[in-house]
Amino acid sequence: MKILTGNDLRSGAVVWWNGSGWSLFVDDAVDVGEDAAEILAREEAARRVNVPYAIEASIDADGHVRPAHIKDRVRALGPTVRRDLAVPTADKTGWDWVI
Amino acid sequence: MYKYDLYDQAMVDARVAEFRDQARRRLEGKLTEDQFKPLRLMNGLYLQLHAYMLRVAIPYGTLDSRQLEMLADIAERYDRGYGHFTTRQNIQYNWIRLEDAADILADLAKVEMHAIQTSGNCIRNISSDHFAGAAADEVVDPRPYAELMRQWSSFHPEFTYLPRKFKIAVIASDKDRAAMRLHDIGVRIVKRANDSGGEVGAQFYAGGGMGRTPMIAPLIRDFVPIEHFITYAEACLRVYNRYGRRDNKYKARIKILVHELGAAEYTRQVEEEFAHLLSVGVEPPREELARIAAHFADPAFIDGPKTVDRSDPDFALWVDRNTHRHKHDAYVSAVISLKPAGGIPGDATAEQMRVVARLAKQYSFDELRVMHTQNLLLPHVRIADLHAVWSALDAAGLAAPNMDTIEDIIACPGLDYCSLANARSIPLAQRISERFAETGRTEVVGELKLKISGCINACGHHHAGHIGILGVDKKGVENYQLSLGGSEAEDVSLAKITGPGFDEDGVIAAVEKVTDVYLASRAEGERFLDTYRRIGMEPFKEALYG
Repeated sequence: MKILTGNDLRSGAVVWWNGSGWSLFVDDAVDVGEDAAEILAREEAARRVNVPYAIEASIDADGHVRPAHIKDRVRALGPTVRRDLAVPTADKTGWDWVI
Repeated sequence: MYKYDLYDQAMVDARVAEFRDQARRRLEGKLTEDQFKPLRLMNGLYLQLHAYMLRVAIPYGTLDSRQLEMLADIAERYDRGYGHFTTRQNIQYNWIRLEDAADILADLAKVEMHAIQTSGNCIRNISSDHFAGAAADEVVDPRPYAELMRQWSSFHPEFTYLPRKFKIAVIASDKDRAAMRLHDIGVRIVKRANDSGGEVGAQFYAGGGMGRTPMIAPLIRDFVPIEHFITYAEACLRVYNRYGRRDNKYKARIKILVHELGAAEYTRQVEEEFAHLLSVGVEPPREELARIAAHFADPAFIDGPKTVDRSDPDFALWVDRNTHRHKHDAYVSAVISLKPAGGIPGDATAEQMRVVARLAKQYSFDELRVMHTQNLLLPHVRIADLHAVWSALDAAGLAAPNMDTIEDIIACPGLDYCSLANARSIPLAQRISERFAETGRTEVVGELKLKISGCINACGHHHAGHIGILGVDKKGVENYQLSLGGSEAEDVSLAKITGPGFDEDGVIAAVEKVTDVYLASRAEGERFLDTYRRIGMEPFKEALYG
């Protein structure tokens, strides 16, 4: 699947396109398929998010979204060395798939 | 230490106001990110993996307690309660909101600090010997010269858009504690014998650096009279600015120009430009250097005991490891390790910063330093006060006795924070320091400088590590190259790669294996680096891959 991510303009926080807006939670990310370019252009023009881009991801058996590249997996949850600062996730196995 | 005059303060205040307006326009959608990015970078505001990151300049690593307290306040008020001290003697905050950035800069300006020129293709924060003004072996205090360079390079209209970023280090002793020859320009302040007790001048080295093409800067001028110091630096920059490659980011640093021209030809062009500039007269007035130097006068040292009570072995170990000889024999410089075993190198909580600020005020003439090794330093501690200082540090988790040991690891933020990184650095540092601390091997191994970078940009100085580790991305998986034999000290050398890389567990095991080879092979008094240089790479390769 193809999902969109970027950083929130105001806070800089990592955000994910949920179909109607930007969410802090990777599990909210939706497959944008062939619409990636159009959504990116629209959202960048609206200036709500910094340098959004499309990435490859997959969904596991429990419905959790997992970005394909290690960099985006780290972005999804936060620094692996400061789990106390991590983005809250319902995915109990979250840290298992980051690295 | 240097105090802003009205001009300095007005300049910084004006920049805060300017940035406040720029940030407002970005937040209101009147500027695109492409338009805003160069503006925020000029004020040290990056966008990293998880948030905006603000890099605050700490000129030549010198701070007072009021400034460190402000850095602690910023960590608490605007960030997540901690900051990260860097290999350029700066501090970075990892969780900054754009909405807060101008307020933070305004707070910094209240204590004579800023984030100007901590990014972009300009002259960055001037670094120096962290023992400056305290070391027994320095010719003079290098900081007045570093400060003069700071003022010369701040907003220098000709050098605001260089081909690439530009880093300068200024030292004043034979010992190099600032990786001077791994800078774009390295300056060593020296004294030449004359009838009146020695003429001060500057040696210039040009074209060093780490990154993807590491190079050691060659000496290009053995002695520049101090009254022409800035003029010579200007000549070095002018030649680079004129001929440095702007067509290829990866070949744009001065080291490539010096390498491609050859040191002799680069020097010839600098000398030609220098002669021209002498006729123009760009050197600041001598009175300006004198005005600056007055800020760095020695504090009022007093005599006292020259030894400590060593009955507490933990204290004695810390004294042996973490204190450095001072020019006054009743004092030492005390290193505050930000490398507890298993900790994150260079990170300090707001509360720890406040502890250090209080100790600086009480015991070190209100002065402290940030070391390029990502530690802090109290430069002037009376030996009589050492136990009290150690006790307070110990209570704050700041008394790890590990300076220059394998636990004193330099590590860049790596893939845990940095958008350029290919692999994580910090977890390796944590696991290695923990492993050596647990097994008690740290003291057995002795001096061993291990440096880790999460990408080829080498912010973790891996090229200069006795042991260096470089993280790379191997088909989406972290992989680590091991290298041996680097040094950023006066015996400068570049580390050589051992062979194929390792995964995370593998590289930690590899570090243990190479230290095993060292322990089995070392001659009396040899450091790891000495043994490596004597026996060469082969025994280490045999242990790793044989």
